[in-house]
Amino acid sequence: MSATPDLNRRALLRRAAAAGLLTIPAAGLLSACAGSEPAQEQSSDAEKSKDNPFGVRDGSSVRVVIFNGGLGDQWAKEDEAIFKAKRPNVTVNMSSTQKIKTEEQPKMATRPSDVVMNSGADLMDISTLVNEGAIEPLEDLLAAPAWDSEGTVADTLLPGTVNDGTYQGKFYVVNVAYTVWGNWYNAALFEKEGWQPPKTFDEFFALAPKIKARGMAPYVYDAVHGYYPRWALMATIWKSAGRQAVIDIDNLKENAWKADGVLPALEAWEKLVKDKLLLPGQLDHTQSQQAWLDGKAAFIQVGTWLKNEMAETIPPGFEMKLSDYWSLGAGDKAPNDVYAGAGEGIVVPSKAPNKAAAKEFLRAVLSKEGSARFAELTTSLASTRGSGDNVQDSALASANELMSNAPQDLVSVKFWNFYADLDKESQNLSAELMAGRLTAQQFVDGMQGAANKVASDSSIKKQTRSA
Amino acid sequence: MRHGVARFVTGFLALPVALYLFYVIWPFAQAAGYSVTDWGGYSDRQQFVGLENYIRLFSDELIRKAFWHNVFFLVTVPLFTIALALFLAFLLNVGGREDRAGIRGVFGSGLYKVIFFFPQVLSLVVVAVMWQQIYRADELGLINGVLMKIGLVDPENPIAFTNDPEPFLGVPAVLWWLLLIAVWSGAGFYMVLFSAAMQSIPKDVFEAAILDGAGRFHTFFRVTLPLLRDTVSVAWIYLGFIALDMYALVFVMTPSQGGPNHASEIFASVLNFTAFQKGQFGYACAMGVALAIFTILLAAAQLRITRRERIEY
Repeated sequence: MSATPDLNRRALLRRAAAAGLLTIPAAGLLSACAGSEPAQEQSSDAEKSKDNPFGVRDGSSVRVVIFNGGLGDQWAKEDEAIFKAKRPNVTVNMSSTQKIKTEEQPKMATRPSDVVMNSGADLMDISTLVNEGAIEPLEDLLAAPAWDSEGTVADTLLPGTVNDGTYQGKFYVVNVAYTVWGNWYNAALFEKEGWQPPKTFDEFFALAPKIKARGMAPYVYDAVHGYYPRWALMATIWKSAGRQAVIDIDNLKENAWKADGVLPALEAWEKLVKDKLLLPGQLDHTQSQQAWLDGKAAFIQVGTWLKNEMAETIPPGFEMKLSDYWSLGAGDKAPNDVYAGAGEGIVVPSKAPNKAAAKEFLRAVLSKEGSARFAELTTSLASTRGSGDNVQDSALASANELMSNAPQDLVSVKFWNFYADLDKESQNLSAELMAGRLTAQQFVDGMQGAANKVASDSSIKKQTRSA
Repeated sequence: MRHGVARFVTGFLALPVALYLFYVIWPFAQAAGYSVTDWGGYSDRQQFVGLENYIRLFSDELIRKAFWHNVFFLVTVPLFTIALALFLAFLLNVGGREDRAGIRGVFGSGLYKVIFFFPQVLSLVVVAVMWQQIYRADELGLINGVLMKIGLVDPENPIAFTNDPEPFLGVPAVLWWLLLIAVWSGAGFYMVLFSAAMQSIPKDVFEAAILDGAGRFHTFFRVTLPLLRDTVSVAWIYLGFIALDMYALVFVMTPSQGGPNHASEIFASVLNFTAFQKGQFGYACAMGVALAIFTILLAAAQLRITRRERIEY
């Protein structure tokens, strides 16, 4: 059944509904398989120019939905002010929510918002959005002149930002927050005790008894959300087995999970669990982060949003610092690669009524001024270069330092954005490994099995990465 | 005259019926329509695929697992909720000492009624936050904390509650812990329902039973329960529906909504994952339709089995 021929009838029936006729549902049954009414686009008939690269029309309005999570939504309000200063005749309707998918998915096929920050636990699956053609490629945004600095928008972005927003060869997602992941520790405590933050698992295993002797658990993790430990597992795999191994995993290459170096990386984590170096209890992200702040554990691994998320309960004298994930040692292929990348993605739906203004708004979000305010308000880096230069903060500074010493290659993993099944399975297995219910070997076998299943499932559209 | 009545009735019914058809029946029909397509949920592109989605259902391992978890709840939720509600209702209405004033409940039954009914007025979010603290898996959790203080739980190995997939009596522990919440929150309402039904039983029936020398046990099983048959049967069906859903509890209480590692996966959680994460709305709609058919069959069977002659008093 094709969608289009029914559209007019459907529209007609809608009007009939307004008249209160009883016949609607009975007749409407016939169009059960029809799509919904197409949104009426506001035509962007304004002239395109260097100052107005997308031809935003004065008097139009743009609807912006912001995810109000760990980063809050104040930064977006500042971006709105920046946008309004240049385009006073465009109305911005901004709202923020934590329920992105619940509120936005039903509108995607008909009349979506113009700018949607697709983030948090309730986000719309990005591959599905791309496969369904539900979001707009944003190449013209990258090529547009930057808001308040020289060059194009693309020139102003940190490395990895374009790559992280690219799906099937096209740039779709503007990730606004630049996150660095790693192991966090309390620098004040480490200095007092004379401990050195370890660089390898062996150093950590050597330090662990000293930490335990002080009545602390060496490590605490989020046992409820499997994607937390998964960052750490994948970072270790990347360091140990190298970049190509992870690219092969993402591309569902045959026996990619059985490549050299993958199993030893997971065995290091298995040893950490078996040696009882974890804080007892199955805590979630904020509970585990609070336990770490309360001095119950020495290390926790998470991204740079940590400080902002826990800002209200950081004890006085606690000095948050970020160190790189541990490597296995001499045999590693990429021991110094840092896990960093752009996250918190913003998308423009294909059916958005005012795409020109949506892109213009994103240009304002990526502006120098906007990103500096972002870093200031959230103590996280923005994806625009130099956002954190003027922020005084030990946590942000340690992340900055880690980045400045990092090699060109950044750890980045794509398979969980490519395939929802692998996302779920890898979260589950990561949690099981960390709970001590799986061995490293079982984890590898489980992931390989799940990958094979996806590879042979013809109903799943395949994606590849080259870099 | 008759014509006028018909017009009068139609005039009043038209709007509610139209609303019902549009907001209830129409979405059902739409879901059934989508279930024979490969619609992804985010576009208006879809292709007719016939019964392919339904055929896929039968070979889907995850669905099979979820189905058995639903069956577990289908058996246990009504059983435990009704048993507890009946027990409480009996104590509160006829379980007390019988004296000159006749049959009455235990001392302070009015207060107990309010307390037992209380979970019913709490929103699910409040219930979830509360139970997350009760079930918290370290020394700060209510149950773990108390048990650690009295030395029943090893601080190195706290109870994991909804994070525990290990089987207990062949069923993952997480399901038993969810069951406890479901029974706790449901029993109060059915207690009130059964109380009302018990109060409509004439007191002389109980008095006659007592005069004949029946104790509480016999009074309950020989008099009260048979006279409550209709009410219990209705309660069983309602609870059956609740047991087939259970989505909200699984969603807020378990890791990765159906975890750990699929240990608490139910129909609704698989459906949600398939529709919203995997972007296979067509297949998800097929699951929904299958569940709806199963529910209707179940209710029909239930009503048939329990149909008996009504006792008038």
